[in-house]
Amino acid sequence: MMWLLDALLVITMLGLAAGALLSRQTSRSVALFIAFGLVVSLAWARLAAPDVALAEAAIGAGLTGALLLSSLAERGEPLAPPAAVTRFSLWMLPSLMVAGLLMGWAFAAALAGRGAQTALHGHIEQHMPDSGVDHPVTAVLLNFRAYDTLLELAVLLTAALAIMALGPARQGHSARSTVLRGLASWLLPALMVTGVYLLWVGAKAPGGAFQAGAVLAAAGILLRLTGVRGAGLPSGRRLNWILAAGVAVFVLAGIAMMGIGRGFLDYSPALAKALIVAIETTAMVSIAAALIVAFLGGRPSAGSDTSLSRSHAP
Amino acid sequence: MTDWMASALIGAGVAFFIAGSAGLLRFPDTLSRLHALTKADNVGLGLICAGLAVWQASLFEATKLLFIWLAMLAASATGSHLLARTVVEEPEGHGDSP
Amino acid sequence: MIPALLYGFTGIALFLAGAAGVVWISATLRRVVAANIMGVGVFLVLIATAYRGPHTPADPLPHALVLTGIVVAVSATALALALHRWLSREAADE
Repeated sequence: MMWLLDALLVITMLGLAAGALLSRQTSRSVALFIAFGLVVSLAWARLAAPDVALAEAAIGAGLTGALLLSSLAERGEPLAPPAAVTRFSLWMLPSLMVAGLLMGWAFAAALAGRGAQTALHGHIEQHMPDSGVDHPVTAVLLNFRAYDTLLELAVLLTAALAIMALGPARQGHSARSTVLRGLASWLLPALMVTGVYLLWVGAKAPGGAFQAGAVLAAAGILLRLTGVRGAGLPSGRRLNWILAAGVAVFVLAGIAMMGIGRGFLDYSPALAKALIVAIETTAMVSIAAALIVAFLGGRPSAGSDTSLSRSHAP
Repeated sequence: MTDWMASALIGAGVAFFIAGSAGLLRFPDTLSRLHALTKADNVGLGLICAGLAVWQASLFEATKLLFIWLAMLAASATGSHLLARTVVEEPEGHGDSP
Repeated sequence: MIPALLYGFTGIALFLAGAAGVVWISATLRRVVAANIMGVGVFLVLIATAYRGPHTPADPLPHALVLTGIVVAVSATALALALHRWLSREAADE
């Protein structure tokens, strides 16, 4: 019977994606994309990927949706958008077909070759006791493939720095609403506790630094919506330190391992847990700060919006 | 027995969601759509959470579902309040047809 | 293994649809949406290859890769939107 649920999810995903791509209005496209992201999280849950489901719901649907919506609100799309299909070049169609065939072939080969993959999976299971955590995905992210995670944090840092270099944050539109402030007054502490909980539980269950960072970023975005200009971030030098802390601690941990005679980022089993906790905690803070900067759209400024009435960007 | 109760509650919840979506599609303007969506979806979610709570192994898990419903109530109430305020205070519209 | 096949081919379809969108849509925000849909398609294919059935834990390596991918996708989206805003400001100032 579960195939029925899968079929419905697939149809919904394809329908929402088609709606988002074919729609002429940007606002409709963005709204359908957010819904698409949430349905995709359900697909991850069906495919036994709860970590990815958490990350997709928080980052993929929630944060990306918030970014798109705040871009939309600021600029205001022209009432007559340009034609959707331009530069229709016929050579794209065969290229897409070739790309589809290649992907299909790669996918089929991956499915057929799962015997070899299971050997690698077995390696992971074998070394789990040495990894310092009990959850396989966290072990892979923070220990076995730590280099990938380091580079990913560096990508996020680069994006945040580039966004800050492009100019000050958006003027934004904060609703001076008592209801929103009332919600924020209890939701913000709850979000912070949830974020830290997700970080802590990531050692033995789905969770971890990225999901925790996304929840903290959501708290920052909520704070921004209630009118606090800096969204809880410090400005100037301190913000740069917070953004860089994740990558810095990660690199320092790797170099420390080289210092005791092991390879870069090759944790000794005795120190693995402590290193992972330290790296994940700073990574969570850096990720949250970077995502908040991404939402703000530029260098955050201090102060709050109470002096300005509801004003849109000029 | 619990299966029947859970299925009935979840079925009722789905019916409320369908009613809310029908309201979204059929009502003429934003405020009435907000009204239909918020009320029907909240009740629907409450019934679905109740149905899932019946299946849970312990009271702790069931209380978690209750908190999910309460958080969703607060969030959707705030969200629809903000939307309604925008609609009421800027009635010239936003250039998008609903 | 039916779910893996189903979601994998859906992923390929989404990737192609997103690619077509990136090429043929000229409005920037919708193009960014199309690029994100491409990304989701790739993630679906990866996680479908990691699926091992309802009673076996899935292979964690593609999960970690996709987690990385989601964060990189949001970084790229944020930078794209910031660049778009900067370009609009530059164009408006002329």
